[in-house]
Amino acid sequence: MAAPSESSASPPARPPNEPGRSLKQLVLGRRDVQDLSDNEQELPSELMTVNMGPSHPAMHGTVRIVLTVDGERVVASDVQPGYLHRCFEKESEYATYTQVFPYTDRLNYVSPMINNVGWAMAVEKLMGLTGKIPRRAEYVRVIVSEMSRITDHLTCVGASAMELGAFTPFLYLLKCREWLYELLEKVSGARLTHSYVRIGGVSKDLTPGFDADLTLCLDQIAKVMVEVENLLNNNKIFRDRMAGIGALSKDDAIATGCVGPIARAAGVDYDVRKDYPYSIYPEVEFDVPVGTTGDCYDRYLVRVEELKQSIRILRQCLVQIPDGPVMVDDPRVALPAKQATYNTIESMIRHFKHIFDGIKVPAGEAYAFVEGGNGELGFYVVADGTGRPYKAYVRSPSFVHLSTASQLIHGHLIADIVPIFGMINMIGGECDK
Amino acid sequence: MSAKVLDALKAAHGSAIDSVESQHGDAIAWIKRDQLLAVATWLKNDPAMAFDSPVFATCIDRLDWRPVDVPPGPPSYPATAAWTEDHPRFEVVYQLRSLKHRHRIRLKCAVPEHDARVPSLASLWPAFNWQERETFDMYGIKFDGHPDLRRIYLYEEFVGYPLRKDYPKEKRQPLVRRDDLPINPIKAPGGHR
Amino acid sequence: MGLELTTTRLEDAAKWAKQSALDRASNWGRKFSLFTYPFVTACCGMEFMSVAAPKYDLARFGAEFPRFSPRQSDLLMIVGTITEKQGPALKRVYDQMTEPKWVIAFGVCASTGGFYQNYHAMPGADQVIPVDVYIPGCPPRPEQVLDALIMLMDRIQAGRGHSQLRDKREQLIAHAPANEG
Repeated sequence: MAAPSESSASPPARPPNEPGRSLKQLVLGRRDVQDLSDNEQELPSELMTVNMGPSHPAMHGTVRIVLTVDGERVVASDVQPGYLHRCFEKESEYATYTQVFPYTDRLNYVSPMINNVGWAMAVEKLMGLTGKIPRRAEYVRVIVSEMSRITDHLTCVGASAMELGAFTPFLYLLKCREWLYELLEKVSGARLTHSYVRIGGVSKDLTPGFDADLTLCLDQIAKVMVEVENLLNNNKIFRDRMAGIGALSKDDAIATGCVGPIARAAGVDYDVRKDYPYSIYPEVEFDVPVGTTGDCYDRYLVRVEELKQSIRILRQCLVQIPDGPVMVDDPRVALPAKQATYNTIESMIRHFKHIFDGIKVPAGEAYAFVEGGNGELGFYVVADGTGRPYKAYVRSPSFVHLSTASQLIHGHLIADIVPIFGMINMIGGECDK
Repeated sequence: MSAKVLDALKAAHGSAIDSVESQHGDAIAWIKRDQLLAVATWLKNDPAMAFDSPVFATCIDRLDWRPVDVPPGPPSYPATAAWTEDHPRFEVVYQLRSLKHRHRIRLKCAVPEHDARVPSLASLWPAFNWQERETFDMYGIKFDGHPDLRRIYLYEEFVGYPLRKDYPKEKRQPLVRRDDLPINPIKAPGGHR
Repeated sequence: MGLELTTTRLEDAAKWAKQSALDRASNWGRKFSLFTYPFVTACCGMEFMSVAAPKYDLARFGAEFPRFSPRQSDLLMIVGTITEKQGPALKRVYDQMTEPKWVIAFGVCASTGGFYQNYHAMPGADQVIPVDVYIPGCPPRPEQVLDALIMLMDRIQAGRGHSQLRDKREQLIAHAPANEG
């Protein structure tokens, strides 16, 4: 059983005048692989500049990253947003306060109701209506916000899983999203860009039978989430591609302004619904999941758990929702009832003035923020007493998170950019406003 | 809560403050431009203040600011106290938050049009890096000490600062158009500028 | 012969863009095997995902698989707002696609700019590239998208897509002396 004796310590010396050798050196410009001795493990390489985007499936179509790579490893990167800059601020200076609602829908377009609620809260703060919204209107706002949050997390997890090759969870999660879109369409009239909330309340009440529909929907979503977790949570490929990738420390997360699931995955226990509660969130019970390492796998787990907590909030809201009006009874903001508009001249004039001149908001400035799908979504509104905002700035979490992308992808492989980018959940409309 | 922050700020840096006010629950402090970095450093490092979390950085262009008298509703707040007709055109606004103490502050810095420069706070809070680039892109305020001040939303060939009140909303500066368009702004005499 | 080769108006195309049996057969094959390049930018992308999802299945029409390379796709779906900054990228992607190629402007932002009439949103993607079918809606319902796809398939079968007409025109110009004589 003697092993054949072979000396594999060093490659055999090659004769210097081997035919074809000098030609190979001339053509290849470098030495042949066999000529490298053992202590030269790496092939010499130069840094390469590679362009990703702006039209790229993993970039969600709107971000360009100019990478400097050493082989496959990212050495430096320049993230260039702005390919979807649709001038929200400039447009809102020319629109009345109610006309800004469709523009806010298209900011974070996977959770549009939350943007609507944020804008309404900012203007209501300026008008002094913050505590005076009817309770039913507040409950309806929270119900549709949490439904939007669920659609946000479904889309984020589904799209990220698909980009890693897991096509089945994408289809399952999109199926859930369709059920929610149908319900939101029943309530507001549109599947995606609802413009449902108004200053002072919501535009229409919930449809009859909504709570039965939503309860059924939530039960089915919970079942589908069990399936999706079985497919993804302990899946070796998924974990290998997500765990340990794109880790963000807690101090970095705070200093770079990260909020939402990204900050919570890094260990920062900040949720606007708990720390600066607004609307009726003090009256519902829910937990806020906080991660430890801040890598992509933690972000995924935080999102899935938040989805389940949103389902919990929704079930409580459906039980607790009171009856009542859905718009505050203040002639400064509310449109008059249709019967009055068609039959009395005062109501018709008031309706006309609201639509054409807008709601007159007293001069001043206010910053109101809500917990969006990506974190703290704030609206900084400067009003000058007319019906159009003087300035409407959006503090968009995606913009802040995208600024950390360069730091997160540093040192990782090009293929790791895909899960990192997916789990940042950079929504183009919100990032580029 | 906001009153305590303003009091502490006045005690520590009284000379740097032009005025303070409080609007809708937020503390606003107007800081002199050259002292902005010193005040911000103190706000970040002082343990009682501990403003570790940056919220936003933006700018307000007061060129068209003519507030309209509104009949007092419940309750009515006055216009921003420091604004007068001969006040500088731009206000650079920074909002900070403390996660530990749960208080917020808004710093404002008046910037005249002819010398639109402000010291950059990007070295203290990395989040302001991109936000200051956005403010530069939209308003043309230059931030001294910013590591990489270039346009972020718009392309480099864009001329002008669009969110200023004197930039028309629909003034496009196209990069590329089809050759056979009936109305092609790139080919119009004089170009599209 | 009066070939009106300077226009691609559909009414005029009927006079000169005649289809042979081979054309009809190959167009039949093309229309049922479209490889889409979803140039997704904005909110309409969510509706595109819904169209590709099982409920409003796009796979029934043979247009299931997106190919994220312009060389391997023939249907460019411009999904969402096109901004001036994105214009050169869009034009380059369109130029890199091989003939025959078709373009669908998905959503009102890609068709006319929608309610974004400002200094950065382009008033429609057809400022940069020729578009075959426009889908209005903000975002359009998935049924509208399927309707547009069927409309495009009819247009492909009739040989009336912009790139097919260009191709036919070039063929006729190349053989013009033979035709004239």
